[in-house]
Amino acid sequence: MFNAVIAAAAETETRNPLLPELYDIIWSGLIFVVILFFFWKLVLPRMQKLLDERAEAIEGNIAKADDAQRQAEAALEQYTAQLADARAEAGKIREVARADGQKIVAEHRELAVSEAARVTASAKVQIEAERQAAVVSLRSEVGTLAIDLASGVIGESLTDDAKASAIVDRFLADLEASEKAAK
Amino acid sequence: MLPSATGDGEFHGPSINEFFPEAVLFAGSPFEINRIMLIRFLAVAVLLLVFWLGTRRMKVIPTRFQSIVELGLNFARVNISEDILGKKDGKRFLPLITTIFFMVLFMNITGPIPFLNIAGTSVIGVPLVLAVIAYVAFIYAGIKKSPGNFFRNALFPPGVPPFLYIIVTPIEFISTFLVRPVTLTLRLLMNMIVGHLLLVLFFSATQFFFFTADGGFKLFGAGTLVFGFAFTLFEVLIALLQAYIFALLTAVYIQLALAEEH
Repeated sequence: MFNAVIAAAAETETRNPLLPELYDIIWSGLIFVVILFFFWKLVLPRMQKLLDERAEAIEGNIAKADDAQRQAEAALEQYTAQLADARAEAGKIREVARADGQKIVAEHRELAVSEAARVTASAKVQIEAERQAAVVSLRSEVGTLAIDLASGVIGESLTDDAKASAIVDRFLADLEASEKAAK
Repeated sequence: MLPSATGDGEFHGPSINEFFPEAVLFAGSPFEINRIMLIRFLAVAVLLLVFWLGTRRMKVIPTRFQSIVELGLNFARVNISEDILGKKDGKRFLPLITTIFFMVLFMNITGPIPFLNIAGTSVIGVPLVLAVIAYVAFIYAGIKKSPGNFFRNALFPPGVPPFLYIIVTPIEFISTFLVRPVTLTLRLLMNMIVGHLLLVLFFSATQFFFFTADGGFKLFGAGTLVFGFAFTLFEVLIALLQAYIFALLTAVYIQLALAEEH
């Protein structure tokens, strides 16, 4: 087979592939110049522009992320501050409520005390009045009783009212005096 | 271009004359156009179209097509220019490196593409022109930076005993100023020529075995077909690799010329 190749090659006049033809050089050179200018003036500047844009975009995104983080931090701070405010306010409200409650309790207590005092006082007054009434009625009854007893004892009717009441009065005065002396 | 078994039952292998097809236009003039030139024009048109469309409305968040174009441009920018030359010089020489990389790539890749079937770089013009440009570029870079430094580093490498310069200097001169452009040219050219010849050989042999050879020989056809398929894939890899190597070596030569000391 290889002999055939060599034979085939030898059949025709062979040309040296290392000797360039003029047209070959001219076209190769022209093509090179065209491609060189194409890349140099068009493609590579476009590519460079893209690379710059991309770098910028990446930097922009980093800046954006930084911004977002800053905003988030600010929001967090604000939130924390609001929370603290709210807590302080709640504390204040509680404090006020407590004070109010204490005041209300104190007022009510005072009211109760004064009411009690009033009730006591009126009770005392009533008791005093009733006692006075009792004393008055007792006095007359005791007087009558004592006079009756004394009349029985001395056998004589102390009908003279003036006399009788004088006696009773004296007796009672003596009784009170003796009571006081006993105290 | 499509040598294959002809009706006469003889096997016709590929020949070097395939790289010198008949002229289509302007025959004999310095602007002669033949099939390979047309393939080059097509490759360049596709290249211009892809990068024009791909960079027309670039967005920060890329579309799929823009991503692919960016991937290609970033490969030339980051993995070749900036890796070798650093940020500053990488940017300076980026148009040159990018041009070399994509010009070689798009012209190489026509080799394994059906119906084109030959690389635009498989004729010496493109490899030679690009090698000369790379040569001029690194000498320009070195002289612009510091002529004294450049030639001293290139011809009288520091750290060598002075009497050895009798041997070292000619070697360095040959390797830097003569061998570099030649190897750049030949590495690319030969890869593409051989790749094309191999594919033609495999597929014309397959044709021959299947349709001309007798009996058991037909089985060989299956083997050559598989090899042809495998080498087609391999050629895609070679196309990429040679474009990368060409651009990378250009960058390395420029870097060496710019270096203060070796």
